[in-house]
Amino acid sequence: MLKDITIGQFYPTGSFIHELDPRTKILITFAYIVGLFIVSSFISYGIVALFVLGCIFVSKIPVKYMLKGLKPLRVIIIITFIINIFMTSGTIIYSLGPLNVTVEGLYQGTFMAFRLVFLVVGTSLLTLTTSPIALTDGIENLLNPLKPIGIPAHELAMMMTIALRFIPTLLEETDKIMKAQMARGADFESGNIINRAKSLVPLLVPLFISAFRRADELAMAMEARCYRGGDNRTRMKQLVIQKNDIISMAVMGMFIAILIYVRIR
Amino acid sequence: MSYEGALYIEFKRGIYMEKMIKVDKVTYDYSNSEKEVIALNNISLEVKQGEFVVIIGHNGSGKSTLAKHLNALLLPTEGDVFVKGLNTKDESKIWDIRQFAGMVFQNPDNQIVATIVEEDVAFGPENLGLQPNEIRNRIESSLKVVDMEEFRHKAPHLLSGGQKQRIAIAGVIAMRPSCIIFDEPTAMLDPSGRKEVINTIKKLNKEEQITIIHITHFMEEAVNADRVIVMEDGDIVLEGTPREVFSQVERLKKLALDVPQVTELAHQLIKEGIDLPHDILTVDEMVMKLCQLK
Ligand SMILES: Nc1ncnc2c1ncn2[C@@H]1O[C@H](COP(=O)(O)OP(=O)(O)OP(=O)(O)O)[C@@H](O)[C@H]1O
Ligand SMILES: [Mg+2]
Repeated sequence: MLKDITIGQFYPTGSFIHELDPRTKILITFAYIVGLFIVSSFISYGIVALFVLGCIFVSKIPVKYMLKGLKPLRVIIIITFIINIFMTSGTIIYSLGPLNVTVEGLYQGTFMAFRLVFLVVGTSLLTLTTSPIALTDGIENLLNPLKPIGIPAHELAMMMTIALRFIPTLLEETDKIMKAQMARGADFESGNIINRAKSLVPLLVPLFISAFRRADELAMAMEARCYRGGDNRTRMKQLVIQKNDIISMAVMGMFIAILIYVRIR
Repeated sequence: MSYEGALYIEFKRGIYMEKMIKVDKVTYDYSNSEKEVIALNNISLEVKQGEFVVIIGHNGSGKSTLAKHLNALLLPTEGDVFVKGLNTKDESKIWDIRQFAGMVFQNPDNQIVATIVEEDVAFGPENLGLQPNEIRNRIESSLKVVDMEEFRHKAPHLLSGGQKQRIAIAGVIAMRPSCIIFDEPTAMLDPSGRKEVINTIKKLNKEEQITIIHITHFMEEAVNADRVIVMEDGDIVLEGTPREVFSQVERLKKLALDVPQVTELAHQLIKEGIDLPHDILTVDEMVMKLCQLK
């Protein structure tokens, strides 16, 4: 059951966007996030929506699949919406005890909800079109110039790779331990929150012990294969910026320029 | 090349190439303030180029500790270990030593680093600083040797235990080692996975001329070795061809070890007064000898 969780949610379709250099996609995503904060009107959101829809279309990822990614976040979006409605002062249109609904609040709440939705859809486009390995490689490569100021680029990337590698293994193990404890009468499903949290202890303790043992063995296996950190290490996959990457960055530049123009107009 | 030069190379071959591994009076001490553990006790051992050595011994006899000495994962408290003539204590040679002497561990899950098979096989060559083209060539040839080419782009966690272990082996041979140490590589596998891995190990020895040191609890896996070494309390207590070692059934039992099932059967039959040799190792042999009776 736990095995079904797809981490990173890579959705390979081999589209134009999938084939881009991961660095390009990471940078574009960052630019996009910044762009979202330039937005100050619903007209701009219209532009953003068009842009995102265009990207989804090019990526060949089904829109339904994209929206499924929003589901777990709907609670956060709704809470943001409600808090904004009640917490913004201005023209009161409805009173609910000490809480006031204002026109400005309604506007602000809708605005924030949209921002969140676009944020999630845009960034999940990155993880859907980029395999976790490519993503890690891209991050390592982008952080490399920051090494002199003490950013451990290689180590961070290696940590991510190993985490990705061990997530399925540990999930499988959790499943196994859970079943073993259930066979001994453990109950993970009923009772109040405190009881449920308590019932997790016999699950987490063995899991942690095993994770540490695995880490120990993995470290030894890596050393045995001549691992000595990032120095002198080459990579099988070399990242190269191609024509398509430049085109994409240009498109992104234009998008940002339009957003800025709409804002200062 | 001058005559002296040629002689020198011959000389070097004689001394170094012949001896893949030399363990010289090694003692290893895990002791801490709480208790004293001497895992290796003045042990000496030599392994020749191309040899297939199997090490057996019950739990805690020091097999894994010895294995970790052979590629400088552990350094001797006393004594020296030489790999192709290089002392493992020489820090400047440590990466050469680890490239010469690869190691495969028991748990396949805990030695695979990457999320895609080919990326994992690439891990060792990347650490050696090879060029991308060369790395790709090595991935291809290594996966071919272990017969896992069609899994090149698969995720390791979806493979069976035997397949994972073969990927781990591919990751080691991609570094072109002269010697591979296997520390109970079959202990966590089902019988079919065990067979896959054992056949791969045999193939590495026969076809790739890789020296093999194979630690195992399965006596059947020792039958085809050139030499069997029995460890007890951090030292070698018995050593010889599989026939020599397994014919000493009583001695092995005292060491809390088994013999191959067929050898055990022969031993029982001899006890019952049937005229059989002590050193039967395989079912075929047993059938032959039994048919020749009367
Ligand atoms: N990290 C350690 N710290 C302290 N003692 C250790 C450590 N590792 C092993 N030992 C002890 O050293 C001795 C030899 O252990 P080793 O793992 O080499 O045995 P082994 O022959 O490989 O056993 P097994 O068949 O169980 O794998 C044992 O008594 C063990 O308890
Ligand atoms: Mg061991």
